[in-house]
Amino acid sequence: MKAAIVVFPGSNRERDAGRAITQASGTAPAYLWHQDTSLPAGLDLIVLPGGFSYGDYLRCGAMAAQSPIMREVKAAAGRGVAVLGICNGFQILAEAGLVPGVLMRNASLRFICRNVHLKVVATNSMFTAGYAPDQVIAVPVAHAEGNYFADDHTLDRLEGEGRVAFRYCDAAGVVTPATSVNGSARNIAGVFNDRRNVLGMMPHPENMTEAMLGGSDGSALFASLAKALP
Amino acid sequence: MSQITPEIIAGHGLTTDEYARVLEIMGREPNLTELGIFSVMWSEHCSYKSSRVHLKTLPTSGPRVICGPGENAGVVDLGDGLAAIFKMESHNHPSFIEPYQGAATGVGGILRDVFTMGARPIAILDPLRFGAPDHPKTRHLVGGVVAGIGGYGNCMGIPTVGGECSFHPAYDGNILVNAMTVGLARTDKIFYSAAAGVGNPVVYVGSKTGRDGIHGATMASAEFDETSEEKRPTVQVGDPFTEKLLLEACLELMASDAIVAIQDMGAAGLTSSSVEMASKGGVGIELMLDHVPQRETGMTAYEMMLSESQERMLMILKPGREAAARAIFEKWGLAFAVIGLVTDTGRLVLHHRGAVVADIPVGPLTDQSPIYHRPWEPTPPQPPIDPATIAEPADLGAALSALLGSPDLCSKRWIIEQYDHLVGGDTVVRPGGDAALLRLPGSPKGLAVATDCTPRYVQADPVAGGAQAVAECWRNLTAVGGLPLAITDCMNFGNPERPRIMGQFVGAIEGMAQACRALDFPVVSGNVSLYNETKGQGILPTPAIGGIALLDDHTRFATIAFKAPGEAILVVGRTAGWLGQSLYLRSATGREDGAPPPVDLAAERRTGDFVRDLIVRGQVRTCHDVADGGLLVALAEMALAGGRGADLTTPPGTRHRAAFWFGEDQARYLVAVPADAAGAILAAAAAAGVVAAALGVTGGDALTMDGRALADLAALRQVHEGWLPAYMAQA
Repeated sequence: MKAAIVVFPGSNRERDAGRAITQASGTAPAYLWHQDTSLPAGLDLIVLPGGFSYGDYLRCGAMAAQSPIMREVKAAAGRGVAVLGICNGFQILAEAGLVPGVLMRNASLRFICRNVHLKVVATNSMFTAGYAPDQVIAVPVAHAEGNYFADDHTLDRLEGEGRVAFRYCDAAGVVTPATSVNGSARNIAGVFNDRRNVLGMMPHPENMTEAMLGGSDGSALFASLAKALP
Repeated sequence: MSQITPEIIAGHGLTTDEYARVLEIMGREPNLTELGIFSVMWSEHCSYKSSRVHLKTLPTSGPRVICGPGENAGVVDLGDGLAAIFKMESHNHPSFIEPYQGAATGVGGILRDVFTMGARPIAILDPLRFGAPDHPKTRHLVGGVVAGIGGYGNCMGIPTVGGECSFHPAYDGNILVNAMTVGLARTDKIFYSAAAGVGNPVVYVGSKTGRDGIHGATMASAEFDETSEEKRPTVQVGDPFTEKLLLEACLELMASDAIVAIQDMGAAGLTSSSVEMASKGGVGIELMLDHVPQRETGMTAYEMMLSESQERMLMILKPGREAAARAIFEKWGLAFAVIGLVTDTGRLVLHHRGAVVADIPVGPLTDQSPIYHRPWEPTPPQPPIDPATIAEPADLGAALSALLGSPDLCSKRWIIEQYDHLVGGDTVVRPGGDAALLRLPGSPKGLAVATDCTPRYVQADPVAGGAQAVAECWRNLTAVGGLPLAITDCMNFGNPERPRIMGQFVGAIEGMAQACRALDFPVVSGNVSLYNETKGQGILPTPAIGGIALLDDHTRFATIAFKAPGEAILVVGRTAGWLGQSLYLRSATGREDGAPPPVDLAAERRTGDFVRDLIVRGQVRTCHDVADGGLLVALAEMALAGGRGADLTTPPGTRHRAAFWFGEDQARYLVAVPADAAGAILAAAAAAGVVAAALGVTGGDALTMDGRALADLAALRQVHEGWLPAYMAQA
């Protein structure tokens, strides 16, 4: 798998993502700069990492979505290249229109860093094929603006097309408004684009890939990609 | 007519004697800019004039110490070419006036102190002290400070993994916001601040200079009164995004060999950075202030020199390296300007708008700064409290519940979860236990970090309290399996001009020095915050201690959570049942008196070395330091963390159950081990001269004692987790 991670000014989980990719695929990713105007040839996967691109000033992800490299990322996504946006990366994808919806302030209005449970809703993607349908996984969140919102029509369509990747749930897999850690509509933690080659998600699978760090439920996501993109 | 009036001198916080010394050094009347420079350099905050003679008595060297106090931060050798660089600082005064920005810039400042020496920060810890929960400002301050710390550290992508949070009315008018950063560097890539090389360029990088924070150091060197909130404009505003860029740009430049010296612009900004760099290098510095990047128009030399705008650094570069350095900073979108040069005159000379606006001899400015041997009086000792005079509680379980739900002992999850404690992917033991543990990237080693202080002990007996603060930090690090290496201290006290307060400071230093020596735990950096008083009401003396410890194998560690049913629970260390200054005494009777628990440093060391050895050999995976609230609170914390209860037995012959279970005797640990291993461990303890005894067995979903139900875990959890969120949710 030939992977690259985009570094925006203010990105701060690019090394965490890099480690997870290296662990899963055996190959270290390339790091790209936000002002780059071309991508390395033959990329299989582009990751937009967590952090506070451009300080999250204006709106989370809004400025990063306009940076030069995003034109290339959009074009690559259009060609079917896998694009994974985690946390701030999800916010950037949403601002860039690569996935539907927006990410608002958490319902608590506070930053939240804790382990949450996710139900894997869709396993028919190169990101999630390694999970069992309805599998409950534990991964951390660390964000202040992860409250997913879209209008009901959009949400109905996402659900109808099987484009909800993960939902916040409890340890038993029960999905209720109370288990929506940040207030996300219909507990949505991650969504695909219509071609299912772009995934935006708020939780951090890259921080849950080793038992010694509290669990390895995030590993299967990177392993799925490595398997789908040999 | 004289430009400098007595009012101006007093307004700069200089005494008549200090001003006379300024006149003597200058040989003439200073202008306002020069006076301002003397004023900040000689402020308590920058000059340590009340504390220096006492700080010198602390042990600061050891086989692993690469750099002790005096630089931006302390440096300790971790082996394998790695060094830990760390320091703790206070941001008390600004945080009281503007909690979000005060706390945020406190974090920003201490991060710069660490990365200016070449280290990538890997951990932040924040000991916090607030006033009484029912004080009208407390809730607002807690919310603002926690959000400010999170806002800065989270954006920087440095995990915040530890700290403390407690409440006492003595902090009603002066909260404490201390911030510690630990960074990791290569021992051959450590950067210092001594300027050198006549003719070398002096380079300014980072944010542009504005009028914010002027006189912050002076504010931090005075008592508060009812007009203090008018000082809000002197609180700086933080920009963590710019600091993140500054961090990456500095580390990128540091990978080359272009830098001669580097110093962050913290308190007293451009003044202290340029003066300290020149002073340490024994050289002069000449600055062209017109070249200083400015974000406001019409700034005077006085304003530029005293501004505390954040996220700025001053560097001396090797000649000819300016272009390469500029390219790096411009890539990161940061200001870069050559603003002066190193000279051989030994003077700080400032040019602005075509004129020399200041010309001060650097040596006398720093070497002849005032030093005070302030009068002090010892704190009168308090009599020990005989447990027999304290009534036993009707219900031990209810007493436990009251303690676990009290502001000081309740779960701090509401705070911890607002801090990103996982970014970086190296947090092995998360916050909430005795110490956090981070693995060192690319190494089998781990670094444990913790902060501690028990201010009520220091208040009652400064010497014992000072020793206890150091000993408890050492114990917390030991409890995860770390070998404690060194500490940083943040000395928060009241007005040193009062002999009683000065006596607290002197006593605490004496106790700390004793403990540092006995535990081979030297002080490598620190900070002093005095004048934490409002209208004559001083804080509890609070020498916050931040320590680091090394694990050779980061997979051999202990956490506080009970891990399996049927394990034997052992207490290691001697329990006498000390109730003086205990939280139980306060909770049950409202009393805050009595002598604090004695600190037996030889027992501390013997006990800790024994416990650490068990962890390092893999024989103990569950361990908890016994501190505030005593054995029963510690046991409840272990049960709640592990989601398993315990059946406990009061040792036969115990005269006072509450004193046994809630007493705060020092040098104790609780461990849980497989039942069949307990006998051998007890025998080994006896052979090592360490007191140890069985207390019970893990299992179930409740705490039971002597055959009777004590408390249900679910109910305890509700009480323990409930207080802080409920308090913060009040309108």
